[in-house]
Amino acid sequence: MARHNVTVTVNGEAHTREVDSRLLLVHLIRDELALTGTHIGCDTTHCGACTVLVDGVPTKSCTVLAVQADGAEIGTVEGLAGADGMNALQEGFMQEHGLQCGFCTPGMLMTGTALLAANANPSEAEIREAISGNLCRCTGYVNIVKAVQYAAAKTAADGAGEDN
Amino acid sequence: MIPPPFDYHAPGSLEEALTLLGRLDDAKVMSGGQSLLPMLKLRLATPANIVDIGRVPGLDSISEEGGYLRIGALVTETALEENATVAARYPILLDTAKVIADPLVRNRATICGNVAHGDPANDHPATMIALRATMVATGPDGERSIGVDDFFHGLFMTALQPGEILTEIRIPSPGQHSGGAYLKLERKVGDYAVAGAAVHLTLDEEGTVTQAGIGLTNLGMAPIRASAAEEVLTGQHFGDHSGLRGAFRRVREAIARTPSDDELIAAASQAAADATDPVADRRGSVDYKRNMARVLTTRAIHKALERAAARTPAGG
Repeated sequence: MARHNVTVTVNGEAHTREVDSRLLLVHLIRDELALTGTHIGCDTTHCGACTVLVDGVPTKSCTVLAVQADGAEIGTVEGLAGADGMNALQEGFMQEHGLQCGFCTPGMLMTGTALLAANANPSEAEIREAISGNLCRCTGYVNIVKAVQYAAAKTAADGAGEDN
Repeated sequence: MIPPPFDYHAPGSLEEALTLLGRLDDAKVMSGGQSLLPMLKLRLATPANIVDIGRVPGLDSISEEGGYLRIGALVTETALEENATVAARYPILLDTAKVIADPLVRNRATICGNVAHGDPANDHPATMIALRATMVATGPDGERSIGVDDFFHGLFMTALQPGEILTEIRIPSPGQHSGGAYLKLERKVGDYAVAGAAVHLTLDEEGTVTQAGIGLTNLGMAPIRASAAEEVLTGQHFGDHSGLRGAFRRVREAIARTPSDDELIAAASQAAADATDPVADRRGSVDYKRNMARVLTTRAIHKALERAAARTPAGG
């Protein structure tokens, strides 16, 4: 089985590893780069716990080969918090009780990040559609929707504040 | 789950991809990988070689030209959903893409992959049957066109030869008085269909059906064309359908018709149900699936007629 040199930029930092053809992106991230914030849930492309951003596009990293990601910019949950602590979306999940066990949360956060980057003020229907590939067995989704809305409102308010 | 061992190849051109497919034993083409990778993990597929066409340039375009909508091998479901031409002129394709898997999978999954996979549970095949699409396969001897009725041979079996790649799907541009719809019954987001029905109707200026296309999802070992149902509708006048009332009022008044539109639609839907050969599983019994095929066909015909009326100039 062939080995391949793969270079990925994860949360702004470039990493090169020699990997097997069959290594999955989620295993590169978790096992080789020790970024265990990205979770493995169903491992069958259903649950979305492994969602990361590949060149900005939310992707189930259990269903991508590491070699397919060669040259890509990867975003994981570890890259969300800034120097000031949690970002608006993370804060929303805390304030709105958007998690209970927290297993789905990294995937929800990455899907939510991509949604808000494309649509700063999504409707409830748009939020529910966007997260329909991320399963949560605790919250019933209501508070996750509120968390995304919290982030959208806070980001809009902060933007308005800066204008003044 | 770790996929079984294989050698991975990422050609940088279509020529290189075809050369690899000709040279390598037991090679499988991968585009988005959203069906292939799960199958590898489950050992439902164990190819010795994977040829990833994801970096081949020139295969990711979607365009309407020469009387066809042309969808390249690497066009993702998301790209299809975001395409303005598709939204305006091919709503049946939008119906179909939106019920495939979930948005994250659709970011990588491709339309051509969905078709080339040959899974009767996939959604695009029924729609391609309804639209009478043509599959363009590229192999060592160049391109060849395969009509959709000659493409699906059975469970995971298609007309594609081992050295060939499905490089493009061509869909005839819709006529002025035409409309289509795809409806799928699923237990939850991302599930395969309990049943699915694609209907595309082309009418003449007087509201008579000149061509009917009806495809069915996950109701047999291959995607199904409901030929008998198409025959029920072809040549029939649909003047008293609510959506067409305005457009075809004069014709409606001029022609006395029997049977009624609802009777015609019911007969066609029953013929579609009779064309199915489902297996009982967790999604339902044989009788239930057949009945859902009937119900979905009825609803898809109504929606197709409404869209055909919406595409008809007002006051016609």
